[in-house]
Amino acid sequence: MSTLPKPSRRDFMKLAATAGGGLMLGFSWTSTSASAMKVVKDSSLAGGSIEFNSFLSLSPDGIVTIFSPNPELGQNIKTSFPMIVAEELDADWTKVKVVQAPLDTKKFDRQVTGGSGAVPHSWERLRKAGATARQMLMEAAAKKWKVSTSTLITENGMVVHQATGRKLSYGELATEAAKVPVPTDVKLKDVKDFKLIGKVVRNVDNKEMITGKPLYGMDFYKEGMLFAMIQRPEAFGTKIKSVDAAAAKAMPGIVDVVTFKNNVAVVGKSTWQVNKARKVLKIQYEKDGDLESSSDHDRIFKTLLAKPEATVRRKEGDVDAAFKKAAKVVKSEYQCPFLSHSPMEPMNFFAHVRPDGVELAGPTQTPEMARGMVAKMLNIDPEKITLELTRLGGGFGRRLSADYVLEAAELSSIIKAPVKVIWTREDDMTGGTYRPAVRYRFEAALDTQGNMIGYKLRGAGINAGNPTREDNFPSGAVDNLLIESIEHKSTITTGPWRAPITNFLAFAEQAFLDEVAEAAKKDPVQFRLALLDKAKKSPAGPVRYDIDRMRGVIELAAEKSGWGKKKGVAQGFSVYFSHRSYVAQVAEVKLKNNKPVVDKIYAAADCGIVINLSGAYQQVRGGVVDGLGHAMYSNMTFKDGVPEQKNFNSYRLIRMKEVPEIDVHFVNNGIDPTGLGEPALPPTGGAVANAIFKATGKRLRNQPFMEQAELKNA
Amino acid sequence: MATYKLQINGRTYEADVEPDTPLLWVLRDNLGLVGTKFGCGIAQCGACTVHVNGNAMRSCVYPVSAVGNSKITTIEGLSADGDHPVQLAWDEVDVAQCGYCQAGQIMTASALLNRNPKPSAEEIDNAMHGNICRCGTYHRIREAVALAATKTK
Repeated sequence: MSTLPKPSRRDFMKLAATAGGGLMLGFSWTSTSASAMKVVKDSSLAGGSIEFNSFLSLSPDGIVTIFSPNPELGQNIKTSFPMIVAEELDADWTKVKVVQAPLDTKKFDRQVTGGSGAVPHSWERLRKAGATARQMLMEAAAKKWKVSTSTLITENGMVVHQATGRKLSYGELATEAAKVPVPTDVKLKDVKDFKLIGKVVRNVDNKEMITGKPLYGMDFYKEGMLFAMIQRPEAFGTKIKSVDAAAAKAMPGIVDVVTFKNNVAVVGKSTWQVNKARKVLKIQYEKDGDLESSSDHDRIFKTLLAKPEATVRRKEGDVDAAFKKAAKVVKSEYQCPFLSHSPMEPMNFFAHVRPDGVELAGPTQTPEMARGMVAKMLNIDPEKITLELTRLGGGFGRRLSADYVLEAAELSSIIKAPVKVIWTREDDMTGGTYRPAVRYRFEAALDTQGNMIGYKLRGAGINAGNPTREDNFPSGAVDNLLIESIEHKSTITTGPWRAPITNFLAFAEQAFLDEVAEAAKKDPVQFRLALLDKAKKSPAGPVRYDIDRMRGVIELAAEKSGWGKKKGVAQGFSVYFSHRSYVAQVAEVKLKNNKPVVDKIYAAADCGIVINLSGAYQQVRGGVVDGLGHAMYSNMTFKDGVPEQKNFNSYRLIRMKEVPEIDVHFVNNGIDPTGLGEPALPPTGGAVANAIFKATGKRLRNQPFMEQAELKNA
Repeated sequence: MATYKLQINGRTYEADVEPDTPLLWVLRDNLGLVGTKFGCGIAQCGACTVHVNGNAMRSCVYPVSAVGNSKITTIEGLSADGDHPVQLAWDEVDVAQCGYCQAGQIMTASALLNRNPKPSAEEIDNAMHGNICRCGTYHRIREAVALAATKTK
């Protein structure tokens, strides 16, 4: 985890008078120049050549326009970012208009959706933008009324003179406020004075979404645009040998069939026509690498875990000695499958490569990276590439990769026409960049009092990089510790999947710790708290998680769930730190017709200050649903390099009747926001597996749970 | 290719397409009604749900040649101003995350309320089970359908 640089006060504000009069404030997010403040002419604003990184505008009719720079994929950033600005501005929320900004590296930085990092990164910048504008509006009012700003307050889009009750709206003050020198040091609100932050605020795109307005990449249409689908190799580890496109080219509506890299693109006038034509393509493939099956992976895992050497990620004390003198040793292996991201909107992107520049539009979590890669591929200046961000119909990490953007751009450059490449669900599910499969081996050494004196973890991954998080809990709490990783390079492509690595590591670790607590004859919650105590009082090495915050969510989840006090229900505990935030969960399982059924899940989250209670609550609940669904049902397997699940009839996602009640609680500690898009997902699998053990005595160590003998035969 | 006259949202549309073209793609590519979403193409996820004579139907597997004089309603035609009780409930409960599946969810829910204005919790779950929401907004969908039932005359 890197430390985020705080913006300096000096490089903060830039000012412009808008074309219609009024105040336009830009706030620089990256500038390091000593004095960046200046009045910017209307023309330069219109031309987009101002050195802003982001801005809000206030028009004389009182409308506050706030640009939201980050891709919106359901994390609700398009509502929560503007709320932060509006809070410090004391804006009338009903007069706030939110606009999705296109990629603009001059105005914005970190236009990324990933790593649960947008709010932590922008929190202070957004607050200052609102507070500075508010200060200028107050100064304009003070000048007009010939009073001191200290006699003024702001509320709901108005400046109020308290002594006389006089009021002026922000719209009325906007033009005069634009002439006020930009203050260099504004006071931010005290957290206790927040009026908007922490409240339930409905999604700013609700109306558009519930009436079916075009919002998504799939809905993007441009006059003259062609439609394309791409046939990619069926098996990982193969390449094109020959293509016979004669029959496809003769199909109605087909404009062209072109082959590039390992792709055969069918281009035509409608989606259905290209979909039909691609089915009559005759393509022969030849072997280009290993054709792996899931049974190979099982064998590979065994080999990797048996190897004497691996990459050491963290080492403390003397593990060999600790295990030698242990009163008891617990050893278990946990395995997680490949997963498809399967956002509801399949991959798609629009590209128009012209001689003078490139136009891109569609859903991506990383517009800047995608543009950079297109620029490199086409050998063109990135400044000549525009990228319009559509709303994303989900991402889950899949749209952090730019493969589908590059394909669209390359195809457009070949056919010299505007084209949208559309992936079918089968294309999306079989097209790779999966969550990597990993097998973990955990070992714990206990002394006669049941204290964990040794801990070993080896993660063996397939294209997983480092599948451990060596500095996470319980590192720091065990004197003798060894964490290592080992990797198999595969032809099957992998990529980040919501809460990368931790989405399955958390399950394995938290289920294993439950096994250790069981062996030590200790209550799972008390066992974890004792480890935290140890990490606090006599750390075995650097502790890179906040012990008090982790303790806070553990205690809150235990309290809200009535941990250990309930009869007739089996409870399982789990806690995890990821993406700067802390979430503890308690799953409750009941036996129905002798089968374990997840009845309820309690989640206690510490993400610092909650911005939007509606979005945050659902983000946690949705994360738990996501964690539960994939732990229970989803599995991507391979036969000779071919993905065996191709659509939702064989790749199972969680559905309505399978979701238990989920109860969400937040720790209210006033800490600056620390991210919430991912942290609620990792703990769920562990809490559920631990509750199932309590209910049935059966320990689930592999996912998906529903395919394991322990549940199948239950 | 053949010309089809389609009764959609109270209007007559004409489309010149091949007979096996699914209604979904006629709506999206030919008529510009893109509120109906493509999710799976095999009637497994419900994102493409429309009403055919008031009943929920998966438009991704419904060939245009089979539509005939049936009255089609899409999300764009569910109400004039987005004020159908189900739409109002979806806003009030603040259901959507990414939102991509929600048009299909709303069409399934409104078809349910057409035939069963006061569904039980179990009937809501049964009706909505065929619609996947990858973000996991199921609790709010449940809540919104129940709320819409109280708003339905």
